[in-house]
Amino acid sequence: MESTGTPTVKRGLAQMLKGGVIMDVVTPEHALIAQEAGAVAVMALERIPADIRAAGGVARMSSIELIQSIMDAVTIPVMAKVRIGHFAEAQVLQMLGIDYIDESEVLTPADERYHVDKHAFTTPFVCGARDLGEALRRIAEGAAMIRSKGEAGSGNIVEAVRHMRAIGDAIRDLSVAPKEELVARARDLGAPLELVKQVAQDGKLPVVLFCAGGVSTPADAALMMQLGAEGIFVGSGIFKSKDPKRFAKAIVDATTHFEDPKVVLEASRSLGTSEAMPGLDVRTLSEGELMATRGN
Amino acid sequence: MATDALIGVLALQGDVVEHIAALQRTGARATAVKTPADLARVAALVVPGGESTTVMKLLDRFRLSRPIVERTRAGMPLWGTCMGMIVAAHAVVDLDQPTLDLIDITVRRNAFGRQNESAELDLEIPALGPAPYPAVFIRAPWIERMGPEVELLAERDGHGVMVREANVLATSFHPELTGDPRVHAYFLDMVERYTRQGKVLGAA
Repeated sequence: MESTGTPTVKRGLAQMLKGGVIMDVVTPEHALIAQEAGAVAVMALERIPADIRAAGGVARMSSIELIQSIMDAVTIPVMAKVRIGHFAEAQVLQMLGIDYIDESEVLTPADERYHVDKHAFTTPFVCGARDLGEALRRIAEGAAMIRSKGEAGSGNIVEAVRHMRAIGDAIRDLSVAPKEELVARARDLGAPLELVKQVAQDGKLPVVLFCAGGVSTPADAALMMQLGAEGIFVGSGIFKSKDPKRFAKAIVDATTHFEDPKVVLEASRSLGTSEAMPGLDVRTLSEGELMATRGN
Repeated sequence: MATDALIGVLALQGDVVEHIAALQRTGARATAVKTPADLARVAALVVPGGESTTVMKLLDRFRLSRPIVERTRAGMPLWGTCMGMIVAAHAVVDLDQPTLDLIDITVRRNAFGRQNESAELDLEIPALGPAPYPAVFIRAPWIERMGPEVELLAERDGHGVMVREANVLATSFHPELTGDPRVHAYFLDMVERYTRQGKVLGAA
């Protein structure tokens, strides 16, 4: 008997993406550039986060025609975003046959209290998290992959570093916590006890953990991999740079050999004098402009 | 059968630690292979699950294609799972995708469908004994054509999903994602026999 949509096959696809770079693309041509550079998957969307930020208004699931054209263009897996809590957008993407759904704070949330029940879907979901409690709540809802939120479209790595360190520190804390503390720890984290026990025992999340939000250079990617990310999402960092082809390849090379500064040096050197995307100081963003604080 | 040979797992991208853990649980010594120098230290190589489009580019970029081909043609045991099967194949149907051409099979990528068709199922693999094998297929390839020297070890829906030709083993599915050690044990048995026959050439 064949079983589809099991936790093993949903989490499994994320395991196959480990050590790789997932790139935001807005056209089939971008998708081919990403694939040629060595991306393991692409995120199909109408606007990259930096442009969503600039455009303002309500950001929704991308047009189906655009997503389909990107699915037709490449052989690597294709992901697409839905608004937080918008399970009907997710149903549409599942029907389309997308490989992964990102329930994303980059789009305008549809539900201010609840996220999608991701167990109800065959298609796997990736969700953002700022800390361990948020990661475990998403996993409890059925997320098969977790990424840091960072501050999308900012070109600033500081938030992603904060989130990766927070998740890593909390996991290390749990792994040495005495058993009798786990119930109170679960309460403090706002996460189910079973998942807290599992993390305490394994010393890692039960799903793959990627970094997202603010990666713009090869060294940014190497930093996040050394901080414990199992792979990298690059949103605006490639197609907002002056030379997307070179940036895409350089970030892939640095992610592959993140522990070898020689390779990261060569990747950085290969950029010549082309500039990374312009960055934002996230401290100057007002509450309403922050994306990472969307969702709970 | 136990082997004391050091098994490498190609670590450019994919589910590397899962293979290393499964090999260790099966009683072998295992290590990640990212560079030609790493490759020179190992007696056998596992090419894990991952994205074949990506890994073929990285193999060339980081100068691993040629030494892997030379070592494997000289008798180094090699096992490809899913992406690894595609990388080891002679060719890919309908796609102009380069491969290492280490086993005489032509494969179709994503043959069972996209991610929504990824599935777990029980597979009959007579070479592993009568108990069915819990196989995990993720955007998996199948074998569309195989050469006369290739031994068919398992099929699904009439298409080969596990094959062997001399020192090269290929599976469409992911034994590293299940707790069943029999495919890893089967490969270690191959490694032991090739090592004993002195056929593992080129190891430093």
